[in-house]
Amino acid sequence: MTTWLIKGARACGGDPADILIHDGIIATPDGQGEAQVIDADGLIALPGLVDLHTHLREPGREDAETVETGTQAAALGGYTAVHAMANTDPVADTAGVVEQVWRLGRQAGHCDVQPVGAVTAGLQGARLAELGAMADSAARVRVFSDDGHCVSDARLMRRALEYVKAFDGVIAQHAQEPRLTEGAQMNEGEVSGRLGLAGWPAAAEESVIARDCLLAAHVGSALHVCHVSTAGSVEIIRWAKSKGWRVTAEVTPHHLLLTDDLVEGYDPVYKVNPPLRTKADVTALRNGLADGTIDCVATDHAPHPLEHKETEWETAAFGMTGLETALRVVQHAMVDTGLLGWADVADRMSLRPARIARLAGQGNQLEPGAPASLTLYDPTPREAVDPASHASKSRNSPFTGMVLPGRVVATFLRGEPTVLDGKLA
Amino acid sequence: MIRHLISAGDLTRDDALLILDTADELARVADRPIKKLPTLRGRTVVNLFFEDSTRTRISFEAAAKRLSADVINFSAKGSSVAKGESLKDTAMTLEAMGADAVVVRHSAAGAPHRLANWVRGSVVNAGDGAHEHPTQALLDAFTMRRRLGGTVTGQGLDGLRVTIVGDILHSRVARSNVLLLSTLGAEVTLVAPPTLFPVEIGGWPCATGYDLDAALSKTDVVMMLRVQRERMNAAYFPSEREYSRRYGLDAARMALLPEHAIVMHPGPMNRGVEIAAEVADGARSTIVEQVANGVSVRMAVLYLLLGGLEPAQPATTAPPAATRGVSA
Amino acid sequence: MSMPAGSPALAGYKPVLDAADIGRAVTRIAHEILERTRGAEDVILLGIPTRGVPLAGRLARCIEQVEGRPVPAGSVDITMYRDDLRMRPARALGHTDLPAAGIEGKTVVLVDDVLYSGRTVRAALDALNDLGRPRAVRLAVLVDRGHRELPIRADYVGKNLPTSQREVVRVLLAEVDGQDAVLLGEARDQAGRRDGTAARGSHEAPATKGAQG
Repeated sequence: MTTWLIKGARACGGDPADILIHDGIIATPDGQGEAQVIDADGLIALPGLVDLHTHLREPGREDAETVETGTQAAALGGYTAVHAMANTDPVADTAGVVEQVWRLGRQAGHCDVQPVGAVTAGLQGARLAELGAMADSAARVRVFSDDGHCVSDARLMRRALEYVKAFDGVIAQHAQEPRLTEGAQMNEGEVSGRLGLAGWPAAAEESVIARDCLLAAHVGSALHVCHVSTAGSVEIIRWAKSKGWRVTAEVTPHHLLLTDDLVEGYDPVYKVNPPLRTKADVTALRNGLADGTIDCVATDHAPHPLEHKETEWETAAFGMTGLETALRVVQHAMVDTGLLGWADVADRMSLRPARIARLAGQGNQLEPGAPASLTLYDPTPREAVDPASHASKSRNSPFTGMVLPGRVVATFLRGEPTVLDGKLA
Repeated sequence: MIRHLISAGDLTRDDALLILDTADELARVADRPIKKLPTLRGRTVVNLFFEDSTRTRISFEAAAKRLSADVINFSAKGSSVAKGESLKDTAMTLEAMGADAVVVRHSAAGAPHRLANWVRGSVVNAGDGAHEHPTQALLDAFTMRRRLGGTVTGQGLDGLRVTIVGDILHSRVARSNVLLLSTLGAEVTLVAPPTLFPVEIGGWPCATGYDLDAALSKTDVVMMLRVQRERMNAAYFPSEREYSRRYGLDAARMALLPEHAIVMHPGPMNRGVEIAAEVADGARSTIVEQVANGVSVRMAVLYLLLGGLEPAQPATTAPPAATRGVSA
Repeated sequence: MSMPAGSPALAGYKPVLDAADIGRAVTRIAHEILERTRGAEDVILLGIPTRGVPLAGRLARCIEQVEGRPVPAGSVDITMYRDDLRMRPARALGHTDLPAAGIEGKTVVLVDDVLYSGRTVRAALDALNDLGRPRAVRLAVLVDRGHRELPIRADYVGKNLPTSQREVVRVLLAEVDGQDAVLLGEARDQAGRRDGTAARGSHEAPATKGAQG
């Protein structure tokens, strides 16, 4: 394995220093011999980003993305680990499927793929899936989610929260009360009233989060809230944390920046679940991420083929890509606005997600002895987002054409480069 | 006017008056021995109806034919669309046929906006989901002006009090009418049970209320909207009987209306639910003439969009209101 | 004095007919109509908007004064029958107002202010065709400025006015413009005259002729 010397990088935004990578870990210089040098003048070094929420689509929807292309996209976005959600076809509700996804990730080699197991069999919301088998499998699943669907049955959610205590698992809930959101198309508010689109009320998210926090507290388990999207949800999570309950939460980059008035042209590139909300919600989410109420940024990268987005709004698929734009959007919305420093970015996009996922070997500070999984990021360039240049198979990015700062220059996974000079290594 | 008519909000006051005045002139064509004008000869108008609607489609067809345009009817049932062809592919087929105008009715709000990206001709929205139905609002305004305002060229509906009653939440007729009527200077009040109002309606240019009886004595026009039985099953109201009692226009409520007030309905009606049969058939009801007026108004729209090199520009135009929702 | 919207500046126009001249021309045409139709039996006057309409009204009143019997007058808008519709944005329509008796079997006298290329009159003939079948159609104009592009001629002319195509004829009538006059001037606003369109009612321009001169 090559030895690498990264010269003059600002680790987590600190003073420029050298980082030596030897034998897959960060080393102190000690006569290790010849090193390949990377001039990192002006670059920020961050621990490899960890995404708690990605859709790799394989098995079943390889027309939209594969593990290969999705992990390439992840590496180009500075990620060294992604959690692949279970709503594949077949659903990842057995040891067999999660091990398949895990193996595909190892074969591709661009980043670690940690499969997420379904909470209920077939995502049907009726019976628990074999959570224990998935936990014991080679994939060592710890995060379980029916994402795409809400575990809405209160009793089933309680049982799931209880059951995973046996192997230190965590249930990640997609909070969406189905009875309040039947046929919903966009945030319920002033814009939806004008546009004549069925509304997705904030209360449908908040009521489920409140219930789940209470349940998690009651049974002494851990709850993770996926893609928080409303100001009310942030308040509820803040309240739950103040009680000392084991609740964690994530927010997507698009919910930190985009609002529901973008729907006015009925362009389905803006159709997502949970939907884009109001300016007040965006502000509350940013403040929540800044003060740590929201623990981390998770992309909810949701690739879709052209024919599912180039259609009338109602029949279009929900979802936006996000792996390759995440860090840039976070810089734009949080760092350049003074809400987060780079050390905080490392915390929200690497350290905390790795802890929540119980993922050893990822999300470590850039210190000697730590695995050399890191990313080098140049915050200075400003360029328009062009999905045609993305590694992802799909082009449904809501940031298309938007000028955003920053560029991932290099990504290392346990000492091996996955991205060099902004391109796949 | 801009190239497309997708939202009533796309029309300035001058645009709207130009359409109404033009419709006034074109209405006379119906009285001639030869009910035809040569103006759109050689133009092709495609009726692209994904939702069943014989009445509106025939209205547009008659309007186009009276202007000597060629009409191609495309209805979704039994077509390639029913077999899964996408909206985009359908649009490409129309493009290849050289459609100058596409009149589109679709159950999905925003379908005309998508279509406008894919066809070179003019897109006329004949109803997109719960969003809008601008030619309906135009024919409603035309009817009000004829019945109550005289036909002074260039005259709007200033000060006219209009009450719209029914399922506002799901009604494209209500949305288009609120926009157009306020552009023309009318005072609009919406009446419905709370469940049938959009949650955030405060910004709309109209008043709202739950009490129909209170509104009736102070209105010049009452427009009843059709209420669908399916809404009952989704708990928007408990029963048709209760809806009819609280929000139906029956003979007793007619007595509350001022002498001169007229009763309108975009059709089709649920006789006995939102409107009593004797009210629908009474002298103050404009329901039948709304249909005839629809042809005149649609002739005006097609003429002004297609009759020249580009859509008409009214004499005293300010730049048109920001084309909300239309991607060029 | 009210000027039609969009008219070129009137400085540099010289008057060709004044109010008195126009009055005399109208009276003479009225008498000619009476003579040739033997008392205006079954005659209908239809003005072509804009200024043909008040002219038709004046002729009708004149004839009524002389004959002691009213003559029906109305208007026929020709916008929908123009042959140059596709050259400009769609235009607003003028008003068509036929007398109650209709035109079937009658002698229709079309009335317009200026006869130029003849295309307006051709359009009016097409419009009449869809409205009924007159026994005969005659044409009365206040000014004939020559340069016909179609085989059309007027039966009654107020004034023959030879012009060059560089010149502009402006007719002002009290009912529309607040005064009566016929003015002749050089075209300032070339674009307005070169695209083959007429400022509605004032005169006709020939179809696109290319550069000036």
